[in-house]
Amino acid sequence: MPIVSEALRELAFSFKGRSIISMRDFSTEEILMILEVAKSFEEERRPLLQGRILGSLFFEPSTRTRISFDSAMKRLGGQVIGFVDPSSTSLEKGESLDDTIRVVEGYCDAIIMRHPFEGAARLADDSTLLPVINGGDGSNQHPTQTFLDLYTLKKAKGSLEGLKIAFVGDLKFGRTVHSLAETMARFDPELHLISPPSLRMPRHILEELSEQGVTFTESTDLDGIAPGMDVIYATRIQKERFPDFMEYERVKNAYSLDEAILEKVGRDVSILHPLPRVNEIHPSLDQYEGALYFRQAHNGVIVRMALLALLLGACNE
Amino acid sequence: MNDKIAPDSGPLEKKSIKVTALREGTVIDHLAQGTALKVIQALEIEDDRTLLIGLNLESKKFGYKDLIKIEKKELSQEDINKIALLSPGATFSIIRDFKVLDKVFPELPEQVENLVRCTNPSCVTNKYDTSSIFTVLNRDPVRVRCYYCERTFKKEEVVFR
Repeated sequence: MPIVSEALRELAFSFKGRSIISMRDFSTEEILMILEVAKSFEEERRPLLQGRILGSLFFEPSTRTRISFDSAMKRLGGQVIGFVDPSSTSLEKGESLDDTIRVVEGYCDAIIMRHPFEGAARLADDSTLLPVINGGDGSNQHPTQTFLDLYTLKKAKGSLEGLKIAFVGDLKFGRTVHSLAETMARFDPELHLISPPSLRMPRHILEELSEQGVTFTESTDLDGIAPGMDVIYATRIQKERFPDFMEYERVKNAYSLDEAILEKVGRDVSILHPLPRVNEIHPSLDQYEGALYFRQAHNGVIVRMALLALLLGACNE
Repeated sequence: MNDKIAPDSGPLEKKSIKVTALREGTVIDHLAQGTALKVIQALEIEDDRTLLIGLNLESKKFGYKDLIKIEKKELSQEDINKIALLSPGATFSIIRDFKVLDKVFPELPEQVENLVRCTNPSCVTNKYDTSSIFTVLNRDPVRVRCYYCERTFKKEEVVFR
């Protein structure tokens, strides 16, 4: 029995051979369709990708993205080849990215890659006919993380429309929040951006949000979170971003969420975090029903199974 | 093609200055005030071309405008795109034997290649030897987006390759 319903079959077929480089490449209809298809993969264990190989090229360290892609591919009966450390490859010998991709395309059926340079996934995609999945390119895009965030939000809230979302923490370097905020702009959200002054959301993202008519506020402390928030999306504040260690120590505690936040915003709030967390969410919140961060990480496998099956044309089989 | 230079004070008629007409070349007109020198720099005009520059000329349409006359110069498509980026709304006329042969209203294409340099130091185009591609999001006011790193830039932030 095909994975997708009759209504989605034509749209699903159009995904065969496509790449996932940026959320901008997808219409709102396509995004919602992918989330709908992903639902079918919650229980899916058929070997839909048996005999297929995913090339996994991590030019930069990754734990969750890499392992969840491994898991997604293997759960569907496929195999994974690749590297996690570019220092052990011919890149160290000066091989261009273009050449690396053209060699690897002969070894596999699709490529997942993470790269420190912004736009590297787009460049790789232009070098091959295989589907390329962007697993993070510098601080630009991480579309599969955005898809899993959207999936988690839609599942928790029923709809993506009109959500009140507080983004808390490092909003400058966190590509996760850039991509999610820009994508949520399609769904008439109310955004509250809470960060240390040095880690504000970049100007070009704020301009884009304004242009799309998104209502947002900026604040430097957690008191900026108003009651009635639907979602708090926390991100890790990285020590290495601060030249002054004392400043880091002050900031890391100021942006730590604990049970007091529930008293302030109400107990309907969903709390998400791309993980790993350090101090941003106190473990006492883990038992709270709306603490979704571990489920969010697990949803990463479901969403990535759906994406792999769509790109490799296995959803209509 | 004579243009009047805006006077500091007093009636315009008394202080206007005649600017030599071109026999052959290009007149770039309706440049936004303050952009003429940037356009000249961007066009990389050969040293042996006569160049006449009008700054802060009175214009019915814009209040004030800049104007450039370049002798024996025909603009390439790259030149035209540069002008459209620096001063949307500018026009240029091709002059032959003192007469206007053609008047063109340049418009940026949807995408420009190898014209603009991405100033994001982390962009892959600054790390590998690859061409630059920018998508034109808006023609006036100008806003372009790097095809690779997706950073957007306004007219003032644009740097030519």
